Amino acid sequence: MAKTYNAGVKEYRETYWMPEYTPKDTDILACFKITPQDGVPREEVAAAVAAESSTGTWTTVWTDLLTDLDYYKGRCYAIEDVPGDDTCFYAFVAYPIDLFEEGSVVNILTSLVGNVFGFKALRALRLEDIRFPVAYVMTCNGPPQGIQVERDILNKYGRPLLGCTIKPKLGLSAKNYGRACYEGLRGGLDFTKDDENVNSQPFMRWRHRFDFVMEAIHKAEAETGERKGHYLNVTAPTSDEMMKRAEYAKEIGAPIIMHDYLTGGLSANTQLAQWCQDNGMLLHIHRAMHAVLDRNPHHGIHFRVLTKVLRLSGGDHLHSGTVVGKLEGDRDATLGWIDIMRDSYIKEDRSRGIFFDQDWGSMPGVIPVASGGIHVWHMPALVSIFGDDSCLQFGGGTLGHPWGNAAGAAANRVAVEACVEARNQGVELEKEGKDILTKAAAHSPELKIAMETWKEIKFEFDTVDKIDVAHK
Amino acid sequence: MSDVQDYNSSLGDAAQSRKYETFSYLPTLTPESTRAQIQYIVDKGWNPGIEHTEPENAASNYWYMWKLPMFGETDVDAILAEIENCHKAHPENHVRLLGFDNFAQSAGAAMVIHRGVSV
Repeated sequence: MAKTYNAGVKEYRETYWMPEYTPKDTDILACFKITPQDGVPREEVAAAVAAESSTGTWTTVWTDLLTDLDYYKGRCYAIEDVPGDDTCFYAFVAYPIDLFEEGSVVNILTSLVGNVFGFKALRALRLEDIRFPVAYVMTCNGPPQGIQVERDILNKYGRPLLGCTIKPKLGLSAKNYGRACYEGLRGGLDFTKDDENVNSQPFMRWRHRFDFVMEAIHKAEAETGERKGHYLNVTAPTSDEMMKRAEYAKEIGAPIIMHDYLTGGLSANTQLAQWCQDNGMLLHIHRAMHAVLDRNPHHGIHFRVLTKVLRLSGGDHLHSGTVVGKLEGDRDATLGWIDIMRDSYIKEDRSRGIFFDQDWGSMPGVIPVASGGIHVWHMPALVSIFGDDSCLQFGGGTLGHPWGNAAGAAANRVAVEACVEARNQGVELEKEGKDILTKAAAHSPELKIAMETWKEIKFEFDTVDKIDVAHK
Repeated sequence: MSDVQDYNSSLGDAAQSRKYETFSYLPTLTPESTRAQIQYIVDKGWNPGIEHTEPENAASNYWYMWKLPMFGETDVDAILAEIENCHKAHPENHVRLLGFDNFAQSAGAAMVIHRGVSV
């Protein structure tokens, strides 16, 4: 029987709270951590989140009756306690796949983290995880090349890749900058990297940088016989300008370019990733602004969501945190989003903060990049945590070597190869790390002096954003 | 500056400067370590493959295959013997060992066991 129109305000839970609902395989599922205002019942506020992130508004409107809202609505199907925290709870919401444009993480985020995050009935709201159904995944372009293709392009197998961010971050001329790259590459690095805020400033315009850096790559390749790259940052004020820089990087033969996907924007990132796939270019992704979104345990977007978003939008590398370096990152949670980057199927695992099974179908993986305050002493732990399909980036840990970048690069390369050799022999890296490095340093004065230089540097602060476990 | 050491690498000094595959920054693998690396490839379920090249053509993706990849071979001695056969037949060439991971459709390991004279 047809419904009749009754103007006025209904409680959200009458329409959007459906504990009897079984999610479909094609639904997009989201887990929100909700901190409600005092006195608002859980079911009501959870239903409000489902409504405001899908079809609902605050009052009934007559045009609701022109469609089948029961089909299109987002629905909250479960509520759970947050272990160890009574101020908030988890709400699980299912959205029918028709609510979202195909291949558009932009559209999905605009719904799921749109107006609802400013909703007054909430004190705070955090998007903890999204399950993208494989039917939706297959509408997205994803990483331009993927891990195996990158290895084939670069001819590097059976070990982590090594990189270095050029410092100082800002102020070098293009020619001096190219020198710093050349020294790192000839010493044994696979990549050097533009820092995120290197775009095209007055002291070093992008085109001069690209030209000098390419000469550095060519010479280091001829000298070492190995393939090399530099992440040429094409992040720009407009996407037209971004594409212009990307085209030039391709024209001069650069194998890899770089983009900041959050500050640059997801539309631009998706466009660039598709172009990279069409043009055989690798794409390194930096994540400036992520900590603004993901660090507060009660409000924002968890990094595992931003990881999934990037894999769908497209990128071959993504910064993941180091666990051991100077930047925030809980070990179990980091292991969780590293799997989300690389694996084709990830099981729900609450101990690592993963709320849903995630099937990536045939979508290629992303290489996690460990960067930020790491040096040779961290190498055994890094190889153990990240494995071969990773990129380990030592900025200060290369450039700060007392004998310069080439020696710093060689020290890191010797260390990583010594760790891989030992691991393959069955040695426990994190236990025997000191012995492995000491033995390797006997043949490498560059490694020996690096070990002496950074012996006492540790970054032991407690993590702010931890996995939710009962710890009170 | 007297305590700063020069990094010795150049276009002209090929023997010192040219590097090939994983472990090229370590001293030549000992026989025990070579065995252990082969055992690792076997334990991973990868297929060993042997390839060689004239040093002047090392930049190519396609080195010459020595016979075919040793599909299903798990005997370390048999793999070592083939490496030596390849080396004896092409003593001037680089000889590398790969571990082909057919699930990843990629090599899981790659290392040069015998180095020719680099150019």
